[in-house]
Formats: sequence, C-alpha cells, structure tokens
Amino acid sequence: MNHTQPTPHYDVIVIGAGATGAGTARDCAMRGLKVLLVERFDFTAGATGRNHGLLHSGARYAVTDQESASECIRENMILRKIASHCVEETGGLFVTLPDDDLAYQSTFVESCKKAGINAEIIDPKEAIALEPAVNPAIIGAVKVPDGAVDPFRLTTANAIAARRNGADILTYHEVTKLNMSQGRVTGVTLRDQRTGEEKRIDSDLVINAGGIWGHGICALAGIKVNMFPAKGALLIFGHRVNNVVINRCRKPADADILVPGDTISLIGTTSSRVPYDQVDNMEVTPEEVDILLREGCQIAPALAYTRILRAYAGVRPLVAADNDPSGRSISRGIVCLDHATRDGVEGFITITGGKLMTYRLMAEWATDLACKKLGRDAKCETATTPLPGSEVTDSNAPVSHGKRHIIELPTDQKAAQGRHGTMTADIDFEANNESLVCECEEVSVGEIRYAIRELHANNLVNLRRRTRLGMGTCQGCLCACRAASILGNELGDHAHALRDLCNFLNERWKGMLPVAWGQTLVEAQFSSWLYEGVCGLDPDTLPPSRTTETPTHAQPSSTAKA
Amino acid sequence: MKYDTIIIGGGLSGLVAGVKLASANRKVAIITSGQSALHFSSGSFSLLSKVEGEKVSDPIEALAKLPEAHPYRKIGSENVRNLASDVPHLFAKAGVLLNGNASECHYRLTPLGLWEPTWLTIDTLAACTDPRNCPWRNAVIVNFKGYLDFYPEYLADGLNKMGFTTRCEEVTLPELTRLRKSTSEMRAASIAKVLRGNTLESLAAELLRVSGDADVIFMPAVIGLKSNAETDRLSQLVDKAIRYVPVIPMSVVGVRAESMLRRLFESLGGTYLLGDSVKSGDFKGNRLQSVRTVNLGENTPLEADQFILATGSFFSQGLVAKPDAIVEPVFGLDVECTATRPERYNKDFFGPQAYMRFGVKTDSDFRVSLGGKTIENLRAIGAILAGADALKEGSGAGIATITALHAAQRILS
Repeated sequence: MNHTQPTPHYDVIVIGAGATGAGTARDCAMRGLKVLLVERFDFTAGATGRNHGLLHSGARYAVTDQESASECIRENMILRKIASHCVEETGGLFVTLPDDDLAYQSTFVESCKKAGINAEIIDPKEAIALEPAVNPAIIGAVKVPDGAVDPFRLTTANAIAARRNGADILTYHEVTKLNMSQGRVTGVTLRDQRTGEEKRIDSDLVINAGGIWGHGICALAGIKVNMFPAKGALLIFGHRVNNVVINRCRKPADADILVPGDTISLIGTTSSRVPYDQVDNMEVTPEEVDILLREGCQIAPALAYTRILRAYAGVRPLVAADNDPSGRSISRGIVCLDHATRDGVEGFITITGGKLMTYRLMAEWATDLACKKLGRDAKCETATTPLPGSEVTDSNAPVSHGKRHIIELPTDQKAAQGRHGTMTADIDFEANNESLVCECEEVSVGEIRYAIRELHANNLVNLRRRTRLGMGTCQGCLCACRAASILGNELGDHAHALRDLCNFLNERWKGMLPVAWGQTLVEAQFSSWLYEGVCGLDPDTLPPSRTTETPTHAQPSSTAKA
Repeated sequence: MKYDTIIIGGGLSGLVAGVKLASANRKVAIITSGQSALHFSSGSFSLLSKVEGEKVSDPIEALAKLPEAHPYRKIGSENVRNLASDVPHLFAKAGVLLNGNASECHYRLTPLGLWEPTWLTIDTLAACTDPRNCPWRNAVIVNFKGYLDFYPEYLADGLNKMGFTTRCEEVTLPELTRLRKSTSEMRAASIAKVLRGNTLESLAAELLRVSGDADVIFMPAVIGLKSNAETDRLSQLVDKAIRYVPVIPMSVVGVRAESMLRRLFESLGGTYLLGDSVKSGDFKGNRLQSVRTVNLGENTPLEADQFILATGSFFSQGLVAKPDAIVEPVFGLDVECTATRPERYNKDFFGPQAYMRFGVKTDSDFRVSLGGKTIENLRAIGAILAGADALKEGSGAGIATITALHAAQRILS
C-alpha cells in the first residue's frame, strides 16, 4: 500500500502533504477526481508538523483580523465533529497579567462576539480553579472554546481518507519540474528520493500546496508569489503542565500561548522574518529559548522548573498582497491563486497562506476552483464527513479490536485508540505484537507494524509522527533501536534501519540541543553512551543500505514537533 | 563517625578505589545513591581506542599523543601501564573474570552486531582476539520470545561477516510467558530475576533443543544479577559454549559486576552506604573535614582524613548543566567548561561534543579546587574529571579504574 505505482494520467496532482495538501487531496478525491498526492519528504514534514497544535477558537485574531477569527471558529466547530480523534476539547483561557492593560479585555470580548466566538469573562479565581497552572497573579480571565489538535494525526487521517476515495500517494518524491506545454502546466516530473529515479506524470491540473516551499514550486513555472517566511519557535515541556489552553489577553506577541497536547505542553511562539533560502535550515537560537522561557513563566510559573524536552521552529507561509511587494500588508488569511488569470499559466493553482486551523477550508477553496476549471460539478462534503478514525463519535460504542472480552483495555491499546481512533481496529494486538517498543508513549509492536504497513511510514522519523514513538521523556533513547529492529525486519533491510537509526538520533538531538541542560543533557549523554559506546554505532563506518538513503528531511535535518 | 577515607560515589571508579584502600586495611566508607554507569555497561572496559579520531593499536604508546591535561597524562605512561595490569587482578578477587590485556586489544560483539576493539571483557561475553578465528564457527543466536532488546538479525550480520554459520531461534518458558502478560515487563532485569534456580534447567533443555549441531550459543546477557552462579550453572547444564551479548539498559552484567565488587569491598571491612548522597561538606582551610548526607542529616557529619569524589559525569549527576553554567553539585567545586551554551554542543549528534570534556578542575595529583584554592585531601576520579572525551577516545572504564587505583596509591603512600 505504501508503494503506489502511479498511473500515467491524473485529473489533479496535489503537491505537498501537509494538512492543506492532504486535505485538498481528500476533497478532490471525495468529489470524484482522480488524484495523486506527492510529497518530497513525509506527511507533515513542513509547517504542519511544527506549530502549536492549537485548535484556535479564533479569539487570538478577533481584534486584529475578524475574517480569520470567524473562519477559525467555524473550522474549530467542524474539526470537533469530523476529526474527533485528533482533537482534545480542553477549552481555553485568555488571562490578563498585572503588567497587561485590563481595558483590552472588553475590546477583546466584543471582537470575539462579533466573530461568533463564545467568549465569557470569568472571575480570575474561577480561572485558577479551572487551570491551577496559570499564574495566580492574574487580574482578568476570559473563557473561550480553544482546544488542542494533533496535526500529525489530522494530516494522516486526511491522507488515508484521500486514499480510501481512490487517491494515490507518493511520499519521498520531489517535484523537480512542472511539465509545460504551450503555456500550460501538463503535469510534474518527480524524483524518487530513495532511488534517484525520475518519472513524468501527466495531469489536467496541478495544485501547489507546498506551504512556504510553494514559492519554489511557483518558480518552476516562472511565477513569482510574494512569500514572506516567518519563523516561529516553540518549546516542549516534559509533561502536561496545563490542561486548559492558556493565552495572554493582549495584542498577539511572543510566547503568549501555552497549549497542552498528549503527554506534553508547548509554549510559543516567536515570530521573525527569515530569508527564503534559509527555510530548510531552521534552528532555534539561545535568544529565542530565553524569550520563550521568560514569557512562558509569566503565564505559568511552573515552567521555570519543568524539564524542557526540546525546541523547534516552523516557517509560516505568509503571503503579501500582489499589489504590495514590500510585504507590509501581510495577511494570515487564505490565498488561493488561479495562475491562469493571475499569470497566464493554465492548469496550475496555488493554495497558501491560511493556517492549520483553516486547512479544510483552504482545501475546499482549492478544490472548488479545481472543479470549476475542470468543468466538474460536485459539492464539497468534507465539513460533514468524519475523517478515518473519527467515524464513531459515540464514545460508548463497542470497541471491536484486540482483547474485546476485557472491559478495561490494556494501556497500549488505550494509547493507540487515542492516536488512531476507530482505525485502531486495524492494529493487530495479538500475542507477539503487544510488547511495548516505546514505554514513554506506550507504543506497541503491533502499532509500529501497522504504521509501517498502512500509514506510509518507512523510517523512524515517520514512525514518530504516526505513533508518538520517541516523543516522550526519553526522546527515543530506549525505543529507537527496538523500533529500528522492527523496521529492518519489515522492510527486509537491516543496513537501512541502522543508518536510519543514526538519522533518527540526530533528529532527536537537533531539538534537544537548544535546551540541553538539566535532565535533557543527561538524556542526551545517556543516548550517546548507549549508541556510540555500548552499541558501537558510528554512521561513518556503517555498511551502505540496499536502498538509497531515505532523506528524512532537508539538509541539515530539520526539527519537528516533539 | 570517622574514617580514613570517604568515597563519594559507588560506581566503577568509587568501588575500585574502595576495594584497593580497604585491601590495605584502611577504614573506608562509600556513599552512593545506588545508580551508576555500570548499570548500562557493555561488560567490556576500554583503555584507549582512539586518539583524535585515529584508531590506536597500542594504547600505552598512544598516551603521549593525548593533551597534557588528560587524566592519563597526569598519571604518566609507565604508571598507567602498571595500574592497568592490576585491574584484572582486583576484579578477579571479586570473582569477576576479565579477559584481555593493555598491550593488545581484542574485539567485543556489540548489541548491533558490530565488532569493537576493547581492553578487558567479562569472560562469559561474546568477544574474541581475532573474530575471524574464534574457536567456534557454527552459531545459533537464541532470543526469548517477546524480548525486544536483543537483535538477532544484526548479530547474525556481524557474525556472518566474520565467517560464522548462523541460525536464529526463539525460546520461551512458562515463567517468561507469565512475565509477558505485562507489556513492559520483558526487560533485562525482570528476565534475570526469573532465570534462576530450577528455571535454569528448563532453559538449558530449550537451549539444547534449538541449538542442534551449533557449537556456540549466542544469547542476551540477561542472566545473573548478583553473582556467577546462574551462568556457571547454565554452562554445566549445556554442554556447549554460551556467549552472552550485552543488551540495552539495564545491563545485567554491569549490575552483577557492581554487586560482586561491593561484596568484596564489604568483606574487606568497608562501609557501603547505599541510597544516600552527600549534600554538603565542612571545609577548614584547605581541607575537607567532614561531609553531611541526606539520610544521616545535619547532626551526623562523617569525618575522614582523605576524601575521594567519584560521582561521575552528567548522567550520574556528578555534574549538572544549567542554562548558563556547569555546576559540581555537592561542593560547588571549580569546573572546566566553555562559556556559552552554543559552544557546549556539536550539531552532529555523532560529532565530538565539547560538554563531554567538562569536569572538575584538578591539579597534577587529581586534587580538586574550590574558589581557586586546592583542597589538599579531596581527590576526584573517574568520569567527573575534566579533559577527556571518554566516549570518543574509548577511555571511560580505563580512566575510571586507573585514576581510582592511582588515587588510592597516592593516599596509601
């Protein structure tokens, strides 16, 4: 299933398997188009995998951008229904600290109401009771319907949905060329990152959902889009410090949102413009770490003595209006470009801007345009059709997998159910598959095998994104070699698995390095001793794998969320 | 309470120093939190495998190429050679038999099936002077069903490369099946607790059943937490060579070596304060008078003429990294380190890491300093010492044992 043989012609080729691309592939496929989704690395390898995982209520944008705010709240309500296994309904708070202007609160609440966001002023004491981790010195609090969303699960579920509706998926295939004929895009030329092999695939339409990398894809057609890469850095803490999303009630600034997600909490973000040629090379600086930590402690003082697991940064694909090359009027809104009308290039659409929260709406816009251009008349149904994993919304429904005779599921199955929802039924938890590979996140052998066989995971970093392998407090130290062994057996290539193990350890280290003190350095030193010392692992002396190296990332390896 | 010497830290270095001093009839106490680097030991000790990335054929000869501040350089080549030859004897007294010698390396088989040069290896582990000419050629690699920390496929690759014939088998026992009911119980230490007594007889029967015509059995080193009794018994029951391969932590062979050294230390009259840690010291002039521990409290200082600090590196908490400083947490001793965070780390996980060389400052006699002043009766040994990248050099166990013997020698003279 992971080795799609592409057919020679598609209605639509979608470039980029972030949330937007996977969502667009799903929408197109649901509307009966023959779709190919291509991705140069793995699902969520770009900005989708490097954000807050915040299910925005839209409140953050209410004062500055009503349009984004109302889009957010509408999509927020939709995702709760269609992606219930990716969403945690935590609720959110906007708190006013003694240094903040309390007068801002009423402007804020008014704007929220106008955008359709249910914002309710509550007593600070009530807020502290609701979320004991919040700074007890707060002087104001507003309750909003924020939540947490897992972008990895969300994107995978969209890709699986696309596949179930007939789409083909090729990960680790980079678009090296947009095939052009008479001023029209007629398909793409792909390079298989593992074999180096090139193939040409034709289509009536190409949709560019490459996020910030969409800039480069446009350039392949000689088209310029004014993208302004904005770097956002975040820190991950070693446990759930808070259970309710905490925002600071002030004009959006650095490090003013603390989001709980699965086993961890996240503080972010910073925002700084970076040159386009640096987008594959995001590193979190000591200054950014210091800002995040300092500001984070204002929201939740416990962060000062909580272990920081890692730091990472993503790049927002912000787009400037076409009539503003300076970039001053940058919007966070959705940008859907028909390059036929804009640039005279037929058969090519770019969908960009926007945010994780509005990925579905972005997909809808892009697919509406695609259908219009292809002369298809099909209604969008993505807002009402549950994603794979979320089909059963009744939590009391019987679970039809594993040890169904046991009323209380074993923890690995419970954890898997949290991650894969109803898709957990496809995981084999029997006998030899129930041992835990990753104890921090309770990932079993069965779940790892399932991800390799069914979820397009062919290296350890992919497995991490699908299952949370190595995302816990040991940061992969103990589970990495167990998982590598299973991967080697599944792929029948142990040399590849060993090389991949080195890549994985390096990827884990990249996120630990900016915060490598205290227990995080202890863990890193332990990993070094174990792999280089006890195991004798040295990437320079390993035998070559049978398949060509799977590049996990752009070079140098980039960081992803936890 | 007054001792001749108090050793803070009960890992490899602290225990070796303790045994050496107690053997010389000194009254010695070891204060240990109970966790040490031995708990994830490979079961092999390296003296010096690489200098500046270059492989070393004669470790003693290569010492001269190390930087002057390196612990080995402070001891000097001739002394290192002599002390190195004492190490196997000291372990033998504890019942831990080590194969190998300092002038010629042998090769150990790692959990990933790689052959790594090393100095000394516990006798039951898979190691060979020349892996292409081991006494046995026909190997069966046996794992326990459901055990994820042993990788037969990698070991088979490593053995095949050296001309072995290999075959992989899985066995299980009712006792292990019970263990497997809990998804996280199939780990080294839990298995070791089960594989003893009569269970060894059923294990032997299983091993004989699957080994067929193989002349050597490779299996995970998960037998015998406290002594050699279990591995000895299994060898009696199975009339074939059994070679154990280290696994990812916890290291059963490391824990076994630690408990055997501890028993030797206690049999020599040493006091082993397990589960305690030193929280402060009382200094007078340039001397440490006494230390206070968490368990004994403020009112029971432990006095001694000489003190040894063997608390290890970061993972043993002998050093603590803060965002803007590296701290020795017991006494706040002077530390050698780089100034800023970015200078500490290499972006390549497998590259040389500056932080690995951090440690407490010592003089030529390994005496530490506090606020720029040398403390005359407090020596540091082992992984807490500055100036060595034990991982890149392959010198961790060598530095631990040899600086321990050296410090003991200095105290005794």
